[in-house]
Amino acid sequence: MSESTGKVLLDVRNLSATVAGVQILKGIDFTVRAGEVHAIMGPNGSGKSTFSKVLAGHPSYEVTGGEVEFDGQDLLALPAEVRARAGFFLSFQYPVEVPGVANSQFLRLAYNTVMGGRGREELDPLEFDDYVREKLQLLEMDPAFLERSVNTGFSGGEKKRNEILQMALLEPTLAFLDETDSGLDIDALRIVAHGVNSLRASGNAIVLVTHYQRLLNYIVPDFVHVMDGGRLVKTGGKELALELEARGYDWIGREAA
Amino acid sequence: MSAVLQNLIDQPYKHGFVTDIESDVVPKGLNESVIRSISARKNEPEWLLEFRLTAYRHWLTMTEPTWPNVTYPPIDFQDISYYSAPKPKKKLASMDEVDPELLRTFEKLGVPMHEQAALAGVAVDVIFDSVSVTTTYKKKLADVGVIFCSFSEAVHEHPELIRKYLGSVVPAGDNFYAALNSAVFTDGSFCFIPKGVKCPMELSTYFRINTQESGQFERTLIVAEEGASVSYLEGCTAPQFDTNQLHAAVVELVALDRASIKYSTVQNWYAGDENGVGGIYNFVTKRGLCQGVDSKISWTQVETGSAITWKYPSCVLLGDNSVGEFYSVALTNHLQQADTGTKMVHIGKNTRSTIISKGISAGRSNNSYRGLVKIAASAHGARNFSQCDSMLIGDRCSASTFPYIQVQNNGAKVEHEATTSKIGEDQLFYFASRGIDPEEAVSMIINGFVKDVFTQLPMEFAVEAGRLLGLKLEGSVG
Repeated sequence: MSESTGKVLLDVRNLSATVAGVQILKGIDFTVRAGEVHAIMGPNGSGKSTFSKVLAGHPSYEVTGGEVEFDGQDLLALPAEVRARAGFFLSFQYPVEVPGVANSQFLRLAYNTVMGGRGREELDPLEFDDYVREKLQLLEMDPAFLERSVNTGFSGGEKKRNEILQMALLEPTLAFLDETDSGLDIDALRIVAHGVNSLRASGNAIVLVTHYQRLLNYIVPDFVHVMDGGRLVKTGGKELALELEARGYDWIGREAA
Repeated sequence: MSAVLQNLIDQPYKHGFVTDIESDVVPKGLNESVIRSISARKNEPEWLLEFRLTAYRHWLTMTEPTWPNVTYPPIDFQDISYYSAPKPKKKLASMDEVDPELLRTFEKLGVPMHEQAALAGVAVDVIFDSVSVTTTYKKKLADVGVIFCSFSEAVHEHPELIRKYLGSVVPAGDNFYAALNSAVFTDGSFCFIPKGVKCPMELSTYFRINTQESGQFERTLIVAEEGASVSYLEGCTAPQFDTNQLHAAVVELVALDRASIKYSTVQNWYAGDENGVGGIYNFVTKRGLCQGVDSKISWTQVETGSAITWKYPSCVLLGDNSVGEFYSVALTNHLQQADTGTKMVHIGKNTRSTIISKGISAGRSNNSYRGLVKIAASAHGARNFSQCDSMLIGDRCSASTFPYIQVQNNGAKVEHEATTSKIGEDQLFYFASRGIDPEEAVSMIINGFVKDVFTQLPMEFAVEAGRLLGLKLEGSVG
């Protein structure tokens, strides 16, 4: 475990949440500082994805207790779009398809809304085209992506690259990457990981939400947390991920009980 | 989030005011003496009265169609007034003599009636209740031989053309509402583009219903002779009443050899309130005949209003190599019902048709596409492509598609594609997670959905139509 000195970006205290009346998160404490990479691992149904969606502000989830401070603000008081403008980013496990809306149009609106809000100059379609093409290279994406409808007919790997492209455009302070490795073949995984690594900086932080260890070979975490039954039940360094890979998740449950 | 969607789709109707103007209204009810009285008021020739009476007698033998996918209480046809006209002080010689109250009404609606203030290149015929109030740019059009005037005027000035073409595409007994219209129609627009003339400006008719208890039954007839072409626009609004008004129009288009007619509609009749009280019953028959070889008729419609819409702008492709097109966006919200689509009837050789239909349902509305593609045995080499897409906003609305395909020629090629999508919580959350608020998200998704149709609209109209969809779907987020 590395020494923590960066400024606190995210401070989650005793967070609990329900969906459709079912309690999913049961008191989460979680702190992320600038410059850190965290991995949240855990079996299916442990609440990992829910945790990301609650922080991003998905309307189907109801927060029933706890507090979340993000970069000095009360995150839970902000609507989802304001959280994004404030620098919170969620890379979706299943990005939504939007037929008829060109990817370039969508990306430019997102860029101008988020970055414009941070004082960056808004880009017209031509300026944006130049700008986004540089970012496409980072992810080895074909410019033809820009003309296709948002995520429509994209393969699993293309969708995930498109998510990381958005991360590159919106320069978030804190990015939650939800199962970004699922559906990726080994080459795509390497490209996506390279993209994410090149976006790391001392002022931002990344949280990887993943079921498997393999992504962590490419994006090396400072901390690994295990989620089970809606709680973070164990925290360790990157070696914890290897242990989980070797032994599975069952022993954690017994140890925590 | 459903509250957000709710706010987005709950926008008030902007054209719901009533003009306080003295009107000449025929007492409610329908019988032969009412028809004779309408005809007499308009000082019509005997043959036209006969046309009306024949249609009326035929109508009496017909029953209302029940096959559309809409429901409404029975209409009492004796409880409607079949003629209402703003009372002119005297015969108008120029625009300056139009009742200022009427001028203000159309100014409020954004319709250019003063030529000098008008949009460049659009001539307007304005129909208030059942009567044409004024037609602009007549002189300029007459210089190139284009006739653009009210239907009543055409009956007197160009009887030979009206006699030749009236009912030639939609016969008086074609269907229940076409027969009713043929019996009682009061006014409308007439356009005639002579041989070889490309109409130098867009022609436009603006329809306004003002009276609460009158129906509106107008008739539009457009004839493009050999090699002629015209682009025609139609707009409609009505005040907000808590009763339903019946609008049963008939539009006939005739395209001779190599002629081309483009007919665009932005329909924004009052749709009723959020509980479905009031609104227009829009039961309209529109049909174009591609009579000549290489002729083309293109319908573009943006249907946003009316409590009930029942219309199928159609093309009869008689001439060899003729082309029919139908581009439609139909938006329904609250308790609106729409059963709309087209018919493409291929008779000539190598005839081609394209159908692009985009239905958007919001609120508790019900939106149906119904379309017929018919390829006759004579239509060698005929082709059709149809695409029918539906979008649902929220989870209380419905969309249906009823495609009918009848092919009697083995060499014909007919393609049909259909999709259904939904703007729901997950789509809006995706946009929100990228900083985009729900209003902008809905607007971007809808614009993406309708763009194939909007690109078919003339520029000015595309802007108006975009704004209209915006008004119907955007709003402050509560």
